[in-house]
Amino acid sequence: MVQYQQTSVDRSFAALSDATRRGVVEQLGRGDASISELAGKFGMTLTGMKKHVGVLEQAGLVITVKAGRVRTCRLGSSGLEAEAAWIESYRRLWAARFGALDQIVEELKHEEQTNGRKTSP
Amino acid sequence: MDERRAPEAAGTRQTTTERRGDRELVVTRSFDGPARLVFLAWSRPELLRRWWVPESFPVKLLSCEADVRTGGTYRLEFGVPGRDEPLAFFGRYIEVVPPTRIVWSNDEDGGGGPVTTVTFEERDGWTHIVLTDRYPSGAALEEAIASGSVSGYAEQFEALEALLGTLGE
Repeated sequence: MVQYQQTSVDRSFAALSDATRRGVVEQLGRGDASISELAGKFGMTLTGMKKHVGVLEQAGLVITVKAGRVRTCRLGSSGLEAEAAWIESYRRLWAARFGALDQIVEELKHEEQTNGRKTSP
Repeated sequence: MDERRAPEAAGTRQTTTERRGDRELVVTRSFDGPARLVFLAWSRPELLRRWWVPESFPVKLLSCEADVRTGGTYRLEFGVPGRDEPLAFFGRYIEVVPPTRIVWSNDEDGGGGPVTTVTFEERDGWTHIVLTDRYPSGAALEEAIASGSVSGYAEQFEALEALLGTLGE
């Protein structure tokens, strides 16, 4: 079941906090790939890549299907969750900046009050 | 694009972000102060550097030059943990109209970066800002999303992630 909730976004965000996993999502955006193909592409062991894919799978970003001996990976939910996570992280970046900007605006207001509304341009 | 939502947002400090259409990202926020002061904080480099990279951020701003006039340029250089070379962001102020509007280019990616527009609107002593990143194409925005970078700020962003994860915003 797909849940578009905060918790799901959080999980996507955590899953995408790793550069390799972001690369895997980007790669799968171009086409499906097996775990061994991904391992080769990113210069990793099969075990290492399995771990990364597992994290992405838990976050709902990637779906894997086993056919015979090959496990094929593709993007889950049309990458929508990846986009949601990205936009959320973008929001956090600006929210952190704007918190600091609040403080500067307060300082400027205080300055204006003390100097009788004379802040030169 | 909901203009009517703005009055409700005034008076709160909530930051919102949304994708608009295939090539724009929009950030909104309200500040408790008049537009001339909020604009001042964006247009004076000595103020800009204090909030663009707050002290709590793990990246350090090495230099910040900004000639905030139409046709002026800016250049910010960052020190990033684990990198020897400073990371530079630069561009040009395409339009500056105090205290209502600033438009600048993001040129570090050689033309593939967005054009950023910030508008400042004062209401009841609060200033509502709308920041829009407009990418040259839908594909350019898709690429930015797929690479996980934020307006070309990939390395900065990676360094920020650990910190932001703990802020609980």
